[in-house]
Amino acid sequence: MTEIGLPPINYGAITPMLILFGASCVGVFVEAFVPKAQRHLVQLVLSLGAITAALVTVVWQADTRTVTAGGAIAIDGPTLFLQGAILVLGVVSILLIGERSLERGGPFVAQAAIVVGSDADRNQTVRQPGATDIYPLSLFALTGMLLFVAANDLLTMFIGLEVLSLPLYLMCALARRRRLLSQEAALKYFMLGAYASAFFLFGLALVYGFTAGTPSGSGDNGGGVDFATIAAAVRNSEVSPALLYAGIALIAVGLLFKAAAAPFHVWTPDVYQGAPTPVTGFMAACTKVAAFGALLRVLHVAFGGASWAYTPVLGAVAALTMLVGAVLAVTQTDIKRLLAYSSVANAGYLLVGALAVNKQGLASTMFYLVAYGFTVLAGFAVVTLVRDADGEATHLSRWAGLGRRSPLFAGVFTFILLAFAGIPVTSGFTSKFAVFGAASGAGHTWLVVVGVLSSMILAFPYLRVVVMMWLSEPGESTPSVLVPGGLTAAALTIGVAATLVLGVAPESLLDLTNRAAEFVP
Amino acid sequence: MAGVTEFPFLSVLTLAPLVGALVVAFLPRTNPELAKRVAFGWSLAVLALSVAMWVAFQTGGERFQFRESYPWIPSWGVSFTFAADGIALVMLMLIAVLVPVVILASWKDADALKRSVPVYFALLLALEGTMIGVFAAADIFLFYVFFEVMLVPMYFLIGSYGGHQRQYAAVKFFLYSLVGGLFMLAAVIGLWVVGGQTFDWQALTQIDMSTGTERWLFLGFFIAFAIKAPFFPFHTWLPDSGAAAPAGSAALLVGVMDKVGTFGILRYCLPLFPEASKWFAPYALALALIGIIYAALLAVGQNDLKRLVSYTSIAHFGFIGVGIFAFTTQAGTGAVLYMLNHGLATGLLFLVVGMLVARRGSALVSDFGGVGKLMPILAGVFFFAGLASLALPGTAPFVSEFLVLLGTYPVNKPVAVIATLGVILAAAYVLWMVQRTTQGTLNPALAEHEGMRRDITLREKVVVAPLIALILLLGFYPKPVTDVINPAVQATMQDVGKTDPAPTAVTTEAAK
Repeated sequence: MTEIGLPPINYGAITPMLILFGASCVGVFVEAFVPKAQRHLVQLVLSLGAITAALVTVVWQADTRTVTAGGAIAIDGPTLFLQGAILVLGVVSILLIGERSLERGGPFVAQAAIVVGSDADRNQTVRQPGATDIYPLSLFALTGMLLFVAANDLLTMFIGLEVLSLPLYLMCALARRRRLLSQEAALKYFMLGAYASAFFLFGLALVYGFTAGTPSGSGDNGGGVDFATIAAAVRNSEVSPALLYAGIALIAVGLLFKAAAAPFHVWTPDVYQGAPTPVTGFMAACTKVAAFGALLRVLHVAFGGASWAYTPVLGAVAALTMLVGAVLAVTQTDIKRLLAYSSVANAGYLLVGALAVNKQGLASTMFYLVAYGFTVLAGFAVVTLVRDADGEATHLSRWAGLGRRSPLFAGVFTFILLAFAGIPVTSGFTSKFAVFGAASGAGHTWLVVVGVLSSMILAFPYLRVVVMMWLSEPGESTPSVLVPGGLTAAALTIGVAATLVLGVAPESLLDLTNRAAEFVP
Repeated sequence: MAGVTEFPFLSVLTLAPLVGALVVAFLPRTNPELAKRVAFGWSLAVLALSVAMWVAFQTGGERFQFRESYPWIPSWGVSFTFAADGIALVMLMLIAVLVPVVILASWKDADALKRSVPVYFALLLALEGTMIGVFAAADIFLFYVFFEVMLVPMYFLIGSYGGHQRQYAAVKFFLYSLVGGLFMLAAVIGLWVVGGQTFDWQALTQIDMSTGTERWLFLGFFIAFAIKAPFFPFHTWLPDSGAAAPAGSAALLVGVMDKVGTFGILRYCLPLFPEASKWFAPYALALALIGIIYAALLAVGQNDLKRLVSYTSIAHFGFIGVGIFAFTTQAGTGAVLYMLNHGLATGLLFLVVGMLVARRGSALVSDFGGVGKLMPILAGVFFFAGLASLALPGTAPFVSEFLVLLGTYPVNKPVAVIATLGVILAAAYVLWMVQRTTQGTLNPALAEHEGMRRDITLREKVVVAPLIALILLLGFYPKPVTDVINPAVQATMQDVGKTDPAPTAVTTEAAK
């Protein structure tokens, strides 16, 4: 056994993660030492500042291509692009999370541990400002996401997965209103997430076993879980691939759970509905980028040599995801659940792109992730605005006639829904075109056909909302649309502008994805 | 190719109404008259520009003229490429003529509703811009973009400003068109991959593909166009939309937007997939014939005027389909001419029906009767529109219907014979409709309606006059239009690889 020493680390390359990790630790101290009245502002500025600083360092090292930390972290085109995407979407999410003008004290509860329905609970619901520990939690989650997409071996990836997941479980439980739903969501997400992590870990062990049985594994130890070793083993192994296939399957379960692909999607509607809406937006945008970032790396780099083996199975998963998401979206009566199922269907479209294991597939999937992230954040931003005395009015019937009450927001939401439906002049169209084009080019025509079919089904629920808003008469119970505070307005503007720009002039982002779409070996 | 032809007609024509729509949308709601005037003036300016383009078009010159190209998404080989052949030119003229007429006809439509008047006229202009874009695009991606975006203004026109069952009709319209569009999207993507990642129409006509691929791609495009046109059995959305849409929008819907379907077949299906077009032609002809007979029979049985007119359109689209898939220059020219004439005749019919409905407050035939005694002039115009619709000799549709049948007979006698039956049925549904509404004894209920005593107003005269004039003019002297259409159709037939049977030709240069 050789002596274990610290491997050389290129600290420059991992600065973004270090910045965020440091800022989240500082955030914890802020909770402890800064007076209650100023915490919100301090935390908000700290979070936005930290994310921006991380983003600047990501942009700054845009040309870095290196593997560091003993092969545990790969900083390459896809990593940097996805990290940038996560950070930009993270900024927008933090804007939504930081909004406090829509509701007294913000969308979060002060103490999630107080028993629901008790006097103390009623008191904190109406009086107390929300907890500010949501900020360090978000930063921890973002740190995990950055690590998740940069991980170059399965163990690091697992650590990233846990670092991003654990704060998310907590964040789900922090809703100010409908706290039981929120707690149920958190518990459900935690339980199922824990299973998924276990699957991932088991798959990791099996893949390690596979590489260990391969003479061509790196070094003398006969095995490893870094992607280069796995890729070499996949290419050259002479042992039975049963372990490999079982390993891929189990790892895929873990990742597809986070990506909300069918049949591992059942948590999605409940969690999306129960979680505070800004957190839902955060999950729908950032978590999706992280999950697919990791999935892309695993499929392309580690198991790229076995793509003929997993493509049929994952293709079936993609088809199922698109159809399940689309069909179940039709029956929804709650806007957040509708968007949740739409997010499931979108996971399917992303999977279609991810399964085209070539440069075009990689580039188009990354494009889709960014485009979808902005649109979905804008969508949830509008959801936070439609309110009545009991908080957000999410039942669809309540949205009837909203176009009369406030044409501007109904118009904006219509635009967002058209983007989800993939109508041209929105990023929804260009991104769908990108992934379907890549899939078609890779010979997966049947996936394109299923994708198109599911888009047809999915258009119906979106259109129903449009009809509700514009063509129905406003009723007694039509809620009002609040004038957004500065932060929500900024988030909404960014989301809608990105949806429009990426739909009309997508060239610059396409160019960026094309240049970034190459993993380091 | 110097001087005026270098003016970027097509891009300006596409952009101008869209800009106008934005301007009109943001005019104050409190001053509806201003919005109407601006919208009308804007559409007249577009008409003037279109006329200039018509003059600048060189008959017998290159097939595609006014070509412009600007890069858009180089990574995908997408560009803003515009170009017009004779067929597109004729359709662009039709749009430019119909929109001001429709705006004038819809002058008071939005007032009665408690909805924004400026938005209504902005939607009409937006519709004009997107429709022009569809016909002017020479890049398939760009075509697809306009094809889909076009749905949005029409959806809101039907859904927000329509009549009875407008929500249902609007959703049905949108979903049917979107489903077709998505089939086309799959085919567009397939074509893009097969053709080496380009969307340039000219380049894509040159590529080789396997028979199987070609047929599938053809089907993707064809379904979209068949829904749009609409051909039997994809037609069920049209009567609902036609009945629910405000009369002016219905005139644009049936008069122009549906032509995108037949135009698409001529521009995209035939030249891009010639072998598949020939292979599918018998089926397409069968659908067209069923459409002619079936829709005509249904039209006879309708009690709702707007639904009736919608069904007559489906029958007419059957004729256009026959003309396209007969693969002769004569029939093809007839089909394109029919696309123009049908837009004028049915547009007129829809607008006149709209005037009647606005007075009576009902579109049911049984609510009318003997209208001619109260309003002789309007009833006369209605009769004329009906006659034009049934293709009476002397009116423009006759020329086109005759050309279609004449061009089809030498190559496919049974089809021509069956299609002729449709002519008889057309006489039946039109004359019976006219008889039940304007002739006979006066329906006593009508006298109670104040509006029914007011015959055609000056504004309405201005609305119908240009259409009547054009229908008569093209009925007697269609040559200026056929000269423009003929070379384009001939080139299309060459793309398909069909030559005309020996002894026929409309004009002398067609015979080369």
